Amino acid sequence: MTMLPAPARRKLGLVIDLDTCVGCHACAVACKEWNDGGQFGPLPDEDAYGAEPLGVWFNRIHSYEVQPEVTPDSQGNGPLQQLYKTGFVENAPAMTVHFPRSCLHCEKPDCVTVCPTGASYKRAEDGIVLVDEEKCIGCKLCSWACPYGAREYSEKRGVMQKCTLCVDRIYNESFAPAERQPACVMACPTRARHFGDLGDADSAVSKLVAEREGYALMPELGYAPVNRYLPPRPRRNGCGDKAAAADHTETLDRDQLPPLLRWVDKLLSR
Amino acid sequence: MHPALSVIFFTTLSGAGYGLLALLGAGLALDLWPRETASLLWPLGLGALLTSTGLLASMAHLGQPLRAWRAFSQWRSSWLSREGVCAVTSYLPMAAIALLALRQDAQLPWPAAARLAGAALLAAALLTVFCTARIYSSLRTIPAWHNAWVAPGYLLFAAYSGGLWLWLLAALHQVGAPLPWDRLGLAPGPLMGLVGAALLVTALKLAYWRRIDGPAAVADIGSATGLGRYGTVSAFEKPHTEYNYINREMGFVLARKHAARLRAFALVCGLGLPLLGVLAAIRLPDYSPSFAALALLSGSLGIFVERWLFFAEARHVVNLYYGARRV
Ligand code: SF4
Ligand code: SF4
Repeated sequence: MTMLPAPARRKLGLVIDLDTCVGCHACAVACKEWNDGGQFGPLPDEDAYGAEPLGVWFNRIHSYEVQPEVTPDSQGNGPLQQLYKTGFVENAPAMTVHFPRSCLHCEKPDCVTVCPTGASYKRAEDGIVLVDEEKCIGCKLCSWACPYGAREYSEKRGVMQKCTLCVDRIYNESFAPAERQPACVMACPTRARHFGDLGDADSAVSKLVAEREGYALMPELGYAPVNRYLPPRPRRNGCGDKAAAADHTETLDRDQLPPLLRWVDKLLSR
Repeated sequence: MHPALSVIFFTTLSGAGYGLLALLGAGLALDLWPRETASLLWPLGLGALLTSTGLLASMAHLGQPLRAWRAFSQWRSSWLSREGVCAVTSYLPMAAIALLALRQDAQLPWPAAARLAGAALLAAALLTVFCTARIYSSLRTIPAWHNAWVAPGYLLFAAYSGGLWLWLLAALHQVGAPLPWDRLGLAPGPLMGLVGAALLVTALKLAYWRRIDGPAAVADIGSATGLGRYGTVSAFEKPHTEYNYINREMGFVLARKHAARLRAFALVCGLGLPLLGVLAAIRLPDYSPSFAALALLSGSLGIFVERWLFFAEARHVVNLYYGARRV
């Protein structure tokens, strides 16, 4: 049924920390591996080792460059505004942000309502958006309706495929409770990915979002995504002193040195 | 957006077919249509052929065509499903009119049922085209489609291309008629209707292009990534080295590069030359079937290019993740 269910209290989703993501693609690979063999697989590739490989992935890792644009009267308090306040902005380097992108399990997703067959649906009990591949006719309309590029069509299977939030893991009682998490969350080496109930204000993920000012992507489109992204933290730049930055003298933190060098530094500084 | 040939054939062919059927329906409902069986069965058969071919072409677009019947189920939320329901429903008045045409007694006035069936056909044909347009114009992700110009455009193009077919049928039917006006095929009223439709379609299309060329953007790379608050965002590295489904389906750029020429071609071929055809036929009514055929040919080609542009020029917001700055 492609009518949206009444808004659920449980909103399962992901919280992705752009501060700690190192862009290693481990989550994407783990996702591909699990889902290729999981309940919603396979995720076939075409021409996998040829000139133009093409295949379905539920998770894609972009990298963006952010060139600071901070003016002296800037009101913001983001990392680059803070850089400005340290006087470092004249030489401020661009910031690189790694950015995993997958289905955001939106609360008002047109990808569901446009589907003519009822194959695309949102679960009433936890808000997960799924495709029933037995019903999908492969018209691709849902992928047009998704602003976030979360749906990829499988030419080989003739149906639409997308992130399932590992619904075949998170409720899987044959797994130890600690493993009832999406494969991407389990795989991330920097723990940049968190899974939980964003409809519950007391859940660990909701607290994390509140504490780190997590945000939704492209809210102006009105899809009300459930997933949240945690912004990069202010960068430690090692040049807190404006005067020191200006005359380019290097600062040395003696406490960081090994004991022998610390002694040498003390000796020579007399 | 990637302009899939199957979808372009579908929207242009079925548009012409439903346009023709709508004209027939309107003529019957107003009791203006000639009574001979052939005058009824030709447009009816041709309309059925065009719309059915269009529907088959659209099935070619599906990954699982055998399951297409499932598409009738979600009419409560999906314009694609509604379109399917309307398209299938329109066969009912078509069948009724065919029966009436075969069994009518030309001595008696039309039964009310014929006018009713005509009205039903008109409604079903217009609704189907409207649903087709709404499939596109309801997508908030594609600003070039999500606007008020799209649905009237589809409806007018359907009426206009149906009118071109009707003119050809009528001109062939009237070859050798005694009066020169009759040899034109269409009476002055409908013929001027065709001209008017062409002019209206031109105005609408120009307004539509003005609108999609405008600066209005729904989102930018800063809001798509949420990083705009820190400065100017640009794509540094893509997630994959080759094109994926998203890039192939939604990252089509060829048309925007050649947009100006293709638009001019669509207008001249689709609307300008058929208008010249009408003028030429008025001057030389004996050749009106040839002019009607040429007008139809050139008009169809122009509308095909117009529809190709409709898809190919439209940009999807997902391109923001791949480096587009504003969509
Ligand atoms: S991210 Fe896309 S596919 Fe996922 S729920 Fe939202 S609109 Fe649908
Ligand atoms: S591709 Fe499948 S899931 Fe998507 S809208 Fe079409 S039928 Fe529904």
